Amino acid sequence: MPKTIWVLVEVENGQPARSSLEVLGKAASLGRAEAIVLGSQAAEVATTLGEYGAEKVYVHADAAYDTYLTLPAVDTLSDLLKQHQPALLMLATTYDLRDIAARLNVRNNMGLITDATDLQFEGDTLKVTVPWGGETLVTATLPQQGTGIVLTRPKAFAIERHEGKTTEVETLQASLTSASQTIKILERVEVESEGPSLEDASVIVSGGRGLGKAENFHLVEELAAALGGAAGATRAIVDAGWLPYSYQIGQTGKTVKPTLYIACGISGAIQHLAGMKGSKYIVAINRDEHAPIFSVADLGIIGDALTILPQLTGEVKKRKVQ
Amino acid sequence: MKIYVCIKQIPDPNTVVSKLDPNTKRLVRSGVSLVLDPGDETTISAAIKLRDTIGNSELVAVSMGPTSAQEAMRRALAMGVDSAILVTDPALAGSDTLGTARVLAAVLKEENADLIFCSTESTDGYTGMVPGGIAEFLAIPQLTFAREIRVEGQKAVIKRVTQTGYQTVEGPLPAVVTIASGSFEAIYPTMKGIMGARKKPFTQLSLSDLGIDPSQVGEAGAREKILAIGKVEARAAGQVVKDDGNAAQTIADFLQRYQLL
Repeated sequence: MPKTIWVLVEVENGQPARSSLEVLGKAASLGRAEAIVLGSQAAEVATTLGEYGAEKVYVHADAAYDTYLTLPAVDTLSDLLKQHQPALLMLATTYDLRDIAARLNVRNNMGLITDATDLQFEGDTLKVTVPWGGETLVTATLPQQGTGIVLTRPKAFAIERHEGKTTEVETLQASLTSASQTIKILERVEVESEGPSLEDASVIVSGGRGLGKAENFHLVEELAAALGGAAGATRAIVDAGWLPYSYQIGQTGKTVKPTLYIACGISGAIQHLAGMKGSKYIVAINRDEHAPIFSVADLGIIGDALTILPQLTGEVKKRKVQ
Repeated sequence: MKIYVCIKQIPDPNTVVSKLDPNTKRLVRSGVSLVLDPGDETTISAAIKLRDTIGNSELVAVSMGPTSAQEAMRRALAMGVDSAILVTDPALAGSDTLGTARVLAAVLKEENADLIFCSTESTDGYTGMVPGGIAEFLAIPQLTFAREIRVEGQKAVIKRVTQTGYQTVEGPLPAVVTIASGSFEAIYPTMKGIMGARKKPFTQLSLSDLGIDPSQVGEAGAREKILAIGKVEARAAGQVVKDDGNAAQTIADFLQRYQLL
């Protein structure tokens, strides 16, 4: 019998989140994929999930999930897990799903593996691939009985379409406890940014400590704008307070896979490489010829990003006109 | 108010390529430079700031680790934390996130913590599972990815970082709050702070002090088992050239060749 793999599907602006659909596609390749969708828009989203590999969808269309973080979802999932005991619960690595996984793991004494880039079953043995520290690839498993949790790295899997496929929908009626409604969202603020988001950009120009000071970051933004791309940053300069966390690319922060990635004054710490080395073409500018970033670059320039960036922005603008 | 901050000593992420020992399958700690997690410096700074804003409060650092972790705790004390508790026990080696959360939660439960600060994740393991795990063991809310925090009566209110902006989120105390890296200005230890740190209370606890069964933690209690350790397939190295004044042209040519302009 195929193994049952669950995926908690997040809803964004009335649509299933892209990151959830990637995971759902992978789940469908491993066995019988079933999805769980929670929140006021769950019912509308659920019916579309057959096309992304779900054989069945559990729906709880309660608006409390939209207002109260983490705990209502943990309660509902814990109950469902006890009833159905799937082989695995797969989750995309997002802010909300990480919070849910952390509590589920403890409450139900589950095994858990984070940051997976691939997984498979060999007979009954789950084998999960987890990159560690840039040079090492770990194969891990969860030997104990019961459902395990695997959080997968963003963009590890492509979305799989199953055109026209429908799915069975089971509507849950359980009522949520008031005790679970304590972590309350009072306000949601979207920060407007010009150009594409880091997740969607096909070109990313990013900066690190080699830029010297926060005031020089505009050079990165100007090249990004000239290329129609987005600007990103390393954890080092986010930690240093130059830029908000939303700019951060790396194992902490965002995983990106643009067509072109231009790294400016970035040495290439493991934590940064983890978030960008899936890019199709990588160009690196750094003063230190021994910088690890050059080991992943298709084109490496040993030089000063502060000098080269304005010249390159000018050159790009000039050639784009021609 | 009693405020706690959970911290960790890790191999210096700026100088050490983190490795796993192929035999023990644990993080290699010997012969490498160990530091207070840089993310924790931000978190400690946020906690100190809040303690001073609220007034009449004390801030305690809690950590689990080998005795060498005392060094990282001394730094926290030098930054301005009031006292420190280190849980150290040979049986803790090889703990996973569940074991770590179990131990830290046991300390915090004894202490009747009002507010518990953690970094969103450590800079070595990056799992981010321990803070939520502590909150679940203590059956209290977790307010995560905070870039700002304030306390209003018996509530904590944070600005929570999201993919597209932020949320304002509130929860009743006691609560666990996780701090997003880089969101608070770091406090650097002063000479006076470093001298004073030596005189601050420092408690060391073992598993038996906490009444935890060793089979629930360490390698014995870990759920995840490593089957194999291999090498990442290296990306083919490209061309590296020195800037001779024409770097902008060289890059633009490259972009044009691959139709990236």
